[in-house]
Amino acid sequence: MDPAQEAPKSLSSVRHIILILSGKGGVGKSSVTTQTALSLVNEGYNVGVLDIDLTGPSLPRMFGVETKQVHQSSAGWVPVSIYNNSADPVNENGKKTRGNLSLMSLGFLLGNRNNSVVWRGPKKTAMIRQFLKDVVWNGGDSNTPLDYLLIDTPPGTSDEHIAIAEELRYAQPIDGAIIVTTPQQVATADVRKEINFCRKVNFDVLGVVENMSGFICPHCAECTNIFSSGGGKQLSEQLDLTFLGNIPIDPTFVEMIENQDNEEHDGKKKLIDLYDTCELKPIMKNIVEKVLDKNLPSRLSS
Amino acid sequence: MAPSIEIAKTQLTAPEPEHCPGPESEQAGKDDACNGCANQDICASQIPKGPDPDLPQINKRLSNIDHKILVLSGKGGVGKSTFTSMLAWALAADEDIEVGAMDLDICGPSLPRMLGAEGESVHQSNSGLSPVYVADNLGLMSISFMLPDPDSAVIWRGAKKNGLIKQFLKDVNWGERLDYLVVDTPPGTSDEHLSVTTYMKEVGIDGALIVTTPQEVALLDVRKEIDFCRKANIKILGLVENMSGFVCPNCKGESQIFKATTGGGKKLCEDLKIPFLGAVPLDPRIGRACDSGECFFDSYADSPAATAILDVVDALRDQVEISLEKLTI
Repeated sequence: MDPAQEAPKSLSSVRHIILILSGKGGVGKSSVTTQTALSLVNEGYNVGVLDIDLTGPSLPRMFGVETKQVHQSSAGWVPVSIYNNSADPVNENGKKTRGNLSLMSLGFLLGNRNNSVVWRGPKKTAMIRQFLKDVVWNGGDSNTPLDYLLIDTPPGTSDEHIAIAEELRYAQPIDGAIIVTTPQQVATADVRKEINFCRKVNFDVLGVVENMSGFICPHCAECTNIFSSGGGKQLSEQLDLTFLGNIPIDPTFVEMIENQDNEEHDGKKKLIDLYDTCELKPIMKNIVEKVLDKNLPSRLSS
Repeated sequence: MAPSIEIAKTQLTAPEPEHCPGPESEQAGKDDACNGCANQDICASQIPKGPDPDLPQINKRLSNIDHKILVLSGKGGVGKSTFTSMLAWALAADEDIEVGAMDLDICGPSLPRMLGAEGESVHQSNSGLSPVYVADNLGLMSISFMLPDPDSAVIWRGAKKNGLIKQFLKDVNWGERLDYLVVDTPPGTSDEHLSVTTYMKEVGIDGALIVTTPQEVALLDVRKEIDFCRKANIKILGLVENMSGFVCPNCKGESQIFKATTGGGKKLCEDLKIPFLGAVPLDPRIGRACDSGECFFDSYADSPAATAILDVVDALRDQVEISLEKLTI
């Protein structure tokens, strides 16, 4: 039998897989990935995040772990831990209120953060294959599987996307893809292409998120639609997809990313604690709940 | 059912192994990873590589273009295409200047919409592919003119994208001569960037314009792009910071939407010693003009954003048109 017809090894203890896709760059795939991860952790799920944007990995910075390194264990690569719930209280159901959060990105494997990764397609494909084969999520412990694996992707429909589609082909069922767009037509035009890609490779579209939807002036509270408005909703209506919600532009989110500290010193707080007071948190919670409400089946039978 | 994925037609007979250096690389057939690969003979047989047989044709085609400028940024969505379209409009405003715009973003072409040429198609003749003319002196070439349906996804691996880029450079007939060719690129540092720089090496690129937004998450990727330019020996003409500050149309109060927590584009330029060409504020009208394919300068010539963009274009022209070599005696 062709060994490629088995699900990649690292996915053997993963319950749900969600991809974050967008044909367009800079629409906020990584921001949405970050916030989806935080929201799921706040719901008590164990979450892993895989960054397959190889030439522009942003997630290590988003999670404030740029200087961390990936360790090799006998089972494979151990992702970088961003939040560990061992110190959290247990609620009345005997469960932790927050889950664990870890991240794997090529950013951790680069010597210098300013170095460019100038790779052609085959090398990128090989790297993604290795990520899916060799990463041990949640300590590789089959008793405590990872609840959600979020896969953040680069813009476009090329090598990385073909590679991930090929790798996930035998890993069904996967939950599907969250599509991120910004409201203007230049963006939705590219996003339509990405949705067509999803159809070709049999990824279900979980829904469309419209990011950067309006900006509320901090001086006069007037909302300006910098990148016009309604493009995401219109797109989901035209293509008969679930519209998950609008996320406004919030400059304090960027500030929060810059001010976090994963080790918590000098009075700086961890991202997940800072996020508790972020105005985007309830908006994002709403979006994530719409995905959870679909009650998609777990990949693991138990 | 297995998903049907359109795979590029390469000459390889088996899938590439892990760590494959790429069939076009210098190491093809010789690398450690090549041992045992079914493609090894095919790759190795292409050695010695020698110059690409299409290079003379590319050189000939590009030889009557005075200035060739790449618009680059490691990050997506910072305004590469917007800036390319602005640059094209601004240059073409002078009717004595012939301008060509080439869109190398194959998976997400945006220039046709921004320049108001959506839905057009290219024509092939004996003399090559004719670009779409959006003004008498402004031609545009993009893959979107070749797609049957504007929504169809271009699911291509790198090798296939390289083929198209080569075709664009070799076969597009820009007319007798061009003063400027501005090349819009996709985000990242991968196949498209390597191909365009390799194919244009002999004929020479004037340089690259780097576009960024002020926040560190963007600068991080932009630094990688600058590193790429240095590795590929491309002169950096300068950097422009886009989406820098926003003035509320209601109260005129200014806010920093993408906060420059690490000093923004200006600091980056000082650190890396590259020219800082200016900062362009966010203006919702730019986005609207791009969506409808209108020239922003026609409608809002006096807006602060238009002034800022024109200043950058002037600085850029000074960089490429005034040659220091000609000044020396």
